[in-house]
Amino acid sequence: MFVNFFHELKNANLPVSLREYLTLLEAMDKGIPNRKIEEFYYLSRSTLVKDEKNLDKFDQVFGHVFKGLESLESDEIAEIPEEWLKTLNEKFLTEEEKQKIESMGGWDKLMEELKKRLEEQEKRHEGGSKWIGTGGTSPYGSDGYNPEGIRIGQKENKNYKAVKVWDKREFKNLDKDVEIGTRNIKVALRRLRKFARDGAADTLDLPGTIKNTADKGYLDISLVPERRNKVKVLLFFDIGGSMDMHVKLCEELFSAAKTEFKNMESFYFHNCLYESVWKDNRRRHTEKIDTWDILHKYSSDYKVIFVGDASMSPYEITYPGGSVEHWNEEAGAEWLQRITDIYQNVIWINPVETKHWEFTPSTQIISQIISDRMYPLTLDGLDKGMKELSRNK
Amino acid sequence: MKFEGTKDYIATEDLRIAVNAAVTLERPLLIKGEPGTGKTVLAEEVSKALKMPLITWHIKSTTKAQQGLYEYDAITRLRDSQLGDEKVKDIKNYIKQGKLWEAFESNERPILLIDEIDKADIEFPNDLLQELDRMEFFVYETNETIKATKRPVVIITSNNEKELPDAFLRRCFFHYISFPDAETMEKIVDVHYPKIKSKLVAESLKVFYELRDVPGIKKKPSTSELLDWLKLLMNEDIKPEMLREKNANNLIPPLHGALLKNEQDVHLFERLAFLARRENG
Repeated sequence: MFVNFFHELKNANLPVSLREYLTLLEAMDKGIPNRKIEEFYYLSRSTLVKDEKNLDKFDQVFGHVFKGLESLESDEIAEIPEEWLKTLNEKFLTEEEKQKIESMGGWDKLMEELKKRLEEQEKRHEGGSKWIGTGGTSPYGSDGYNPEGIRIGQKENKNYKAVKVWDKREFKNLDKDVEIGTRNIKVALRRLRKFARDGAADTLDLPGTIKNTADKGYLDISLVPERRNKVKVLLFFDIGGSMDMHVKLCEELFSAAKTEFKNMESFYFHNCLYESVWKDNRRRHTEKIDTWDILHKYSSDYKVIFVGDASMSPYEITYPGGSVEHWNEEAGAEWLQRITDIYQNVIWINPVETKHWEFTPSTQIISQIISDRMYPLTLDGLDKGMKELSRNK
Repeated sequence: MKFEGTKDYIATEDLRIAVNAAVTLERPLLIKGEPGTGKTVLAEEVSKALKMPLITWHIKSTTKAQQGLYEYDAITRLRDSQLGDEKVKDIKNYIKQGKLWEAFESNERPILLIDEIDKADIEFPNDLLQELDRMEFFVYETNETIKATKRPVVIITSNNEKELPDAFLRRCFFHYISFPDAETMEKIVDVHYPKIKSKLVAESLKVFYELRDVPGIKKKPSTSELLDWLKLLMNEDIKPEMLREKNANNLIPPLHGALLKNEQDVHLFERLAFLARRENG
């Protein structure tokens, strides 16, 4: 019955399955939506959408598929049978009014004129003085001022409200492709949490104790180390220049990340990674940290996340001395290569929309250096990035 | 049997449809939404409205799916066996029923609330798939199958801390409680504090929505926080005029402690107040 709708949802990459479609049909069969389009909308939404990030997509598809409802309504106006109008005429028009119709050349003439105008008219019309629609002064349409006007197709549009509900697209900012807030970031970053038993054995292992006791015949207590979050992360933030407009987002990412990992170190750099980074942006020129020190200090099981827009002149990456701020002995590309050589898990999160990447050569160069592990700063992108980071090679 | 909201709980139309669909088709209903939008309260209200007993199962990070079915208390049995207790002969004495078992064996059709399912281990929902789908499970120790006499209405809440597995989601109805608009919010306030002066409500709602719209705020205040705040305002007998006063010192709403829950947000407001004061000269 709604196969088309189902396919459209599928085409829009919504994760809908046959099972959910059947559930929807079952619910329709049991008469849950009360033959009202809003109720059908709500029901299908709660049956077919299982994640708020998909609600907006669903609204769009629903609006698109059931757009027919609106045109159905205007068809209604166009296809009112003549007889029906005639009875209406007899019922509602006073003698005086009927005479006025005569003044336009009689009923048949009026209908002929109506037909002609319906043909000319392409769209639903409101106001104005010629076309058929509502609230105008044309003799055709409804609620007009013209005493010659006849009332046609004036019927409360029950669909309108529901159309508005999904047209409002109130779930837009829950869409996973839209940029994200602190909470969403937290959820995405939580992917990274990996608990492992490590350290002193100080927690009672109940199943182990029972098993050992049963095996040995006397009470044999066994202990295991507590589970701890073992993920260690190095964060590098690009700051200044073209990144200033993204700084707020990055700070959010930063504050969200802070609570998620036990070991997390963050550093700032400008545009591209060179021989030094800094920890406090206000004292960036006085308190520099040698990048070599970082590479030596943090072991290779750290996961590295770069946050930067990767938008700069290609020279800043590929040539020694390319930096806009200082003379760098070695090219930025060398430093990035070193990072990717030492650390297995490296990703680059780019706050610039994906569609702009291909127009910035520097983005492509960096993406190549880190072997295409660049992700946009959207929930979807973060998710993919975190998946990449948690992969063990 | 239809859920229409109760005198204490305003249910929007989409929520009503979702609840009714879940009740009629006997499938679990998954509720998500911002904290404080009344996810847990929903189950209590549905239970009141439909006159069905409520069984609540709160999930913690240590909760295992098995605990919802039953637990076999091996330690007590071990101890009893060493003491020579007669009870030890029958294993049934050491099987402890879980919430699901309780719900399956209930005489009346109950409502089972599985609260904050996302707190548990990532495998938790998967472990419950069969049980929630077929509403039956097998007790290995006693070789019996527990089957629901009347399929309970299952309401599950999630705070989105973990993704739920697809297979689990397929079996549920889903509803996202979005933040109520001003009109719904007025109704909600009216239900909770019927005697409150409407002028105070109007002013405080204005302040409240303005507060939510402040860019950069970390924790947006939610419905439950608004209700707490109104209660305080009533207690302290704050005049609506006081809320309206927009002079520099009053930019931070009175008793803001109920609305702003972290020091960064309070600082942000103090900074804004400072800026406003400077602008006004």
